Amino acid sequence: MPYDQNPLDYSLLERLTQTFGPSGIEDIVTTAIADEVRPYCDEMKTDTLGNLIAIRRGTGKKIMIAAHVDEIGVMITHIDEKGYLRFAPIGGVSIRELPHRRVLFQNGIMGTIGVEKLEKPIDLKLDKLYLDIGATSREEAKTRVSIGESAVFAGNFTKQGKRMTSKAMDDRVGCFVAIEVLKRLKTDHEVYFVFTVQEEVGVRGAQTAAFALEPDLAIALDVTGTGDTPKAHPMDVKLAHGAAIKVFDRSMITHPKIKAWMAHTAEQHNISYQWEVLEYGGTDSGAIHLSKGGIPSGVISIPTRYIHSPSETVDQGDIEGAVQLLLALLEGPAELSIL
Amino acid sequence: MLLKTLTQLNGTSGAEQEIRKILTEQLKPYVNSIHTDKIGNLIVHKNSLTVGPKVMIAAHMDEVALMITAITSEGFLKFKPVGGIDSRILVSKPVQINALLGVIGAKAIHLQKPKEREQALKIEQLYIDIGATAKEEAEKHVKIGDYAYFYTETEPLGEGYWKGKAFDDRVGCTLLTELLKKDYPLNLIGAFTVQEEVGLRGATIAAYHVQPDLAIILEGTVSAHMMEVEEGAWVTEPGKGPALSIMDRATLYQPKLLQQVIELAEKNGIPYQFRKGHSGGNDAGSIHLSREGIPTLAISVPCRYIHSTASVMAEADLQNALALVDAILKSIPNEFKF
Repeated sequence: MPYDQNPLDYSLLERLTQTFGPSGIEDIVTTAIADEVRPYCDEMKTDTLGNLIAIRRGTGKKIMIAAHVDEIGVMITHIDEKGYLRFAPIGGVSIRELPHRRVLFQNGIMGTIGVEKLEKPIDLKLDKLYLDIGATSREEAKTRVSIGESAVFAGNFTKQGKRMTSKAMDDRVGCFVAIEVLKRLKTDHEVYFVFTVQEEVGVRGAQTAAFALEPDLAIALDVTGTGDTPKAHPMDVKLAHGAAIKVFDRSMITHPKIKAWMAHTAEQHNISYQWEVLEYGGTDSGAIHLSKGGIPSGVISIPTRYIHSPSETVDQGDIEGAVQLLLALLEGPAELSIL
Repeated sequence: MLLKTLTQLNGTSGAEQEIRKILTEQLKPYVNSIHTDKIGNLIVHKNSLTVGPKVMIAAHMDEVALMITAITSEGFLKFKPVGGIDSRILVSKPVQINALLGVIGAKAIHLQKPKEREQALKIEQLYIDIGATAKEEAEKHVKIGDYAYFYTETEPLGEGYWKGKAFDDRVGCTLLTELLKKDYPLNLIGAFTVQEEVGLRGATIAAYHVQPDLAIILEGTVSAHMMEVEEGAWVTEPGKGPALSIMDRATLYQPKLLQQVIELAEKNGIPYQFRKGHSGGNDAGSIHLSREGIPTLAISVPCRYIHSTASVMAEADLQNALALVDAILKSIPNEFKF
């Protein structure tokens, strides 16, 4: 095992998943990441939208690594006279899964999502849901939260054997892989580790970061779905079968040379991998590969069950595989043409 | 009154020339330069200052309308919407095509079967009647690709309210024109954009070449403040001040910018409200993602029944929006940080 001497710091993953960071309010997460990576990079900056860019200077290829820091959540749109709140979703939130979930505000205030009486189950729509923060009047509620304030879904971090479950694995696990790679990386390439904002609402941070950095190539790190649970939608990605190399999603078809480079490198280093064909969703690479004159881009995905729920579940082996693969890619020549 | 002039002009996405012409006439005496870019945005440089932050204020010139897509043998005009239009609001409305009047026709109630009365008409079932008796006669006045506009006079309503079409976004154009007539010691650029209603297209181009350090979008926005809608779903309320956007489909607005706007409003005694909804979008969506990212605000005048023949807005909201943006511009660069 390559990590016996230098194991990955899973307490960091736990901390990252439990840090507050809905799309638009990512500065607590980026500050925590900045503190973690400061000793390992040459330069750091934060751009207009809030992307954190940690730079390792070099003379080789300019390579952008993107992992998004934001998580899905809700935003308060109204406070009624009895102190109940109405809200709008931030990112891909499944309304029918919301009743009785708990949410957390930045200031630690907890809320429970309640649902009005429904005539039929199909009547469950966003406007039937409210947030109960224990306030009994509008005035009291306003002392705790305000309109425009965001909350995230609560979901603590647990580890059982090699499986880890938490809220916000999407995409703190990608951030974690980037950080652990940055700590170990020895390379001549110029590598930009970009911890991107606002991915969940439309890959917005990655778009402006890619424009500013104009890298030669880019790799995004994100979660992907699996098809290995009972009667799941068919998908040939399984937990604990290695990191996944993306072939296709709704935002990008991976460049053949990028796929070949990733697969070839994995095989050379005996790293197990699986191909990912995702029929829905997209990630930062969708925006990056269309920036400027076009940037060859790929994605290393962490197979994840129950994405966008408080119980996103990943496997330790897949995380370690992703770290190994990204290290091998960045420490090699990164020449796409010779393959 | 400028709002009345601008709302009674016709200009949908891709056909904003009438608006551009009047705005140019209005602004010429007050500004350093005016030019039209390649997609049709009217770009106005307030002065020749090149130092200090570059501030771009954007308002879109286009309104929703209908495009004529076919002329039937009977001389009726078939059409498709340009921008988001609810086909249920179209029946029996008078429209204007070039200098011509028309009526969107449908079977009178006497002629409908009981079942037909319960169903809203789809756009495919509607047509415009211009009083022509045959295709050849209609073709003398109208050609395919022409636009039909809601035919509405802008008039005062009740105490301090206005009724009219195209408040979205001639209200923003009105505000921006008034602001450009004032003096600010700033590198201030007005962008009257095109094709917002079909996908924020003009603003994408304007932001790319203007490259501002701060963008403020002025809009006419939705209000569901009406019967049978509960308070929580109103989004905005006419008469309660300009609405600050916090989130919509296209943009998450930066809390640190919003906080400063709130402080300025409170300091100057200007009423404001939040735009409390998450649907819709405006030019901010493309502008804030331009190049390396641009700090962006959106301030709107609430309008009931937008994208229809007649919307309703409060004049006080227009005045307070003007006061609020004026306060922001006066506090740049020393107080307002971005």
